[in-house]
Amino acid sequence: MDARITLRVDGRVRPVALDTRTTLLDALRDHLSVTSPKKGCDHGQCGACTVLLDGRRVVSCLILAVACDGAEVTTAQGLAEEGEPHPVQRAFLEEDAFQCGFCTPGQVCSAVGMLEEVKAGHPSDATDDLTGPVTLDDEEIRERLSGNLCRCGAYVNIVAALREEAES
Amino acid sequence: MTTWRGAVGVPAARVEGPAKVSGRAGYAYDRPVADPAYAFPVQATIARGRVVSIDSAAAAAVEGVLAVVTHRDAARLADTEDAELAVLQSDAVGFRGQFVGVVIAETPQAARHAAGLVRVEYEQRPHDTELRADRPGLYAPEQVNGGFVTDTDEGDVDTALEAAAVSVDRVYTTPMEFNNPMEPHSSVAVWDPGEWDAGGGFAEDARLTLFDSTQGPHVVRSTLARVFGLPPERVRVISPYVGGGFGSKGMPHAHNVLAVVAARAVPGRPVKLALTRQQMFALAGHRTPTIQRVRLGAGEDGRLTAVAHEVVEHTSAIKEFAEQTAVGARMMYAAPNRRTSHRLAVLDVPVPSWMRAPGEAPGFFALEVAMDELAQACGLDPIELRARNDPEVDPESGRPWSGRHLVRCLREGAVRFGWAERTAPGTRLVGRELVGLGVAASTYPYYRFPGSRAVVAYEGGGRYTVRIGAADIGTGAWTALTQIAADALGCPLRAVRVEIGDSDLPAATVAGGSSGTTSWGSAVVAACRAFRHVYGEQPPAGAEAGADMPDDPDVERFAMHSFGAQFAEVRVDADTGEVRVSRMLGVFSVGRVVNPRTARSQFIGGMTMGLSMALHERGVLDHRTGHVINHDFAEYHIATHADVVDVDAVWLDEEDVHTGPLGARGIGEIGIVGAPAAIANAVHNATGVRVRDLPITPDVLLR
Repeated sequence: MDARITLRVDGRVRPVALDTRTTLLDALRDHLSVTSPKKGCDHGQCGACTVLLDGRRVVSCLILAVACDGAEVTTAQGLAEEGEPHPVQRAFLEEDAFQCGFCTPGQVCSAVGMLEEVKAGHPSDATDDLTGPVTLDDEEIRERLSGNLCRCGAYVNIVAALREEAES
Repeated sequence: MTTWRGAVGVPAARVEGPAKVSGRAGYAYDRPVADPAYAFPVQATIARGRVVSIDSAAAAAVEGVLAVVTHRDAARLADTEDAELAVLQSDAVGFRGQFVGVVIAETPQAARHAAGLVRVEYEQRPHDTELRADRPGLYAPEQVNGGFVTDTDEGDVDTALEAAAVSVDRVYTTPMEFNNPMEPHSSVAVWDPGEWDAGGGFAEDARLTLFDSTQGPHVVRSTLARVFGLPPERVRVISPYVGGGFGSKGMPHAHNVLAVVAARAVPGRPVKLALTRQQMFALAGHRTPTIQRVRLGAGEDGRLTAVAHEVVEHTSAIKEFAEQTAVGARMMYAAPNRRTSHRLAVLDVPVPSWMRAPGEAPGFFALEVAMDELAQACGLDPIELRARNDPEVDPESGRPWSGRHLVRCLREGAVRFGWAERTAPGTRLVGRELVGLGVAASTYPYYRFPGSRAVVAYEGGGRYTVRIGAADIGTGAWTALTQIAADALGCPLRAVRVEIGDSDLPAATVAGGSSGTTSWGSAVVAACRAFRHVYGEQPPAGAEAGADMPDDPDVERFAMHSFGAQFAEVRVDADTGEVRVSRMLGVFSVGRVVNPRTARSQFIGGMTMGLSMALHERGVLDHRTGHVINHDFAEYHIATHADVVDVDAVWLDEEDVHTGPLGARGIGEIGIVGAPAAIANAVHNATGVRVRDLPITPDVLLR
């Protein structure tokens, strides 16, 4: 069965007709040629497909596109405004926080979403004080980004990039 | 002699970095093609036997399905000698998960749904997937991977072991492991014009273009040309961005052939095929499990008199792959009596293949834990034990080293890491954590493969283009080659653009064996010199010159290996046995480092994979079905952010004057070698428990 939906992707209105079994990830990649989110596992286990859905990070392989009708989707490509990299992307470049680059758009989106969660005071498993503001130390960064796998092993550089970001 | 004028040795940022962080980099499946169709494989559900019937009616009836292809109607291949690549050519099943069909449809959803409706009946035969050291039928392969001899036997190992004052005789095991690059193996096959003539051959002008994820576009091109009986110049493989490989994309696998077979079945339609993560566990190669017996004999002073490293591992029934696990023991330590051997069990398992540092990665887990056990038995510091057994020349060939600085790496690391703080095993309890330090040596051979060529062109306006069909799978090769070309041409980095990742570019060898930068870099240097020789410093726009990689006569005169020292600090929860690696440091000797920024990333990436190998990774075969049951990231664990706390790498400032113009020896694999042993040795230091089987899980520490 097909459905017609409209997504707002990286600031552009994108109407699309698709099989109702289509995930948001496949809608972006196969229907809209938005290939910045990657398919690493299709099971929500690797984080390569992470996008911001109405500002919150989600693994786009675990959500059906029809459930996102009318939603705002931001990918790593959309974070770079008019070719200017987002501060998180710039920090990734400075710290060599990637190698093959396949998990990178997902890491970047996850990091941007994570920084917002911290700003909003959401605690994580690494947070000692569940009521106060969150201090984004290395342990917090590692815990909060553990849904994003990187087989090249750029983890320590990603944490360094976000440490800079947290301090600024 | 090229002067390194300021680009080589500089921590230049990756040339493709902006494209990667923004997601604009186009990987194989991302490539836009007109009117694509989508393929989804049908896989065997038995480990051995044959297909007796296939009912594809229900699948064919699914809306949007364009074709269902099985061995009954698949295109006949021109060359089926490589059984892994002889896709859909017979009814035989050699392992569970092997391709027995493929569905091509208008959408990936329809293809996948229909593939699940294909009914396959089998005549099942008894299968065997269990590796045991005592099983009958183990055999010695003709040679092992890398072209090394299978067995060596120097001196009189048995007598030396009997006479040894101190000895170690232990068995170490490593499990089946999977490369798991983040980008699943993907191919987009485009026939142009996509016609076969009535006789089953190709039209004169048939061309195949494959957008692929590979460590070697030229390797894929030559292999597919052979398999499909096409002249190589009518096959093009394009692969500028590769989402990791770690060996698993070093050679074509069955999916490459399947994508082309599928495209053949739907003339005029490009076909996209991406393996699922689960499918990769049967189809994209893996590291064999190993059973390794290591025997060391030494005097009271720790000086080795005998080293024996005997390995049992598996290969698949349809294609032999013999990992060279014991090869490192031939050259590592000065012992007059040395024996190494490899024995294989032929099992009904998926085809094993290259995985980062094949041979050294599992082999140095065993050898370097055994050395730690010997140090303990001799009452010696493990660093001192290795220093006492550091050979002046290569024990195997008798050749001088081109540069062996293992002991410097160990001593330098000891100072940096605070090795002096190490206490007796099981004596350092901090809170409820047992803390321990461990060390291991690592090594990796210098490989420079012949067959690469580079071409330099002057575009005018001070700009040069360098073309070579190489691959950057995340290594930083793209950037390193740009730096090398800039210095060899004597121009600024920004004046050079390097094109890679396309078989229409000049030939290049595979990104494997840590050989890329040295092999391709030497070709680039030669091409730049040829260019300047012909055109001087003021070339006309459009000027072009090329050169092949020159031979390196020193390869025959010296033993050339990189070395390193791996240090690990672990904290073991005294109540749960959970192991956390709180610090790792690698000190490496690799010749010249072309780009310190990307090199560090390579080293720490390898060490991180070593941490993952030490604590997490284990493929579990269900021997009743031949199925790798933990075939996803939820159950086959790889290290994630929370596992990796503090990993750092440094290196000696040096060049290897015997390794060609760059003086570099390769850095991609040595980071994983020895890292698991360093962690296992640290676990012993922390707990007093000696773990000889990977991965190290909490249960073994609580017994």
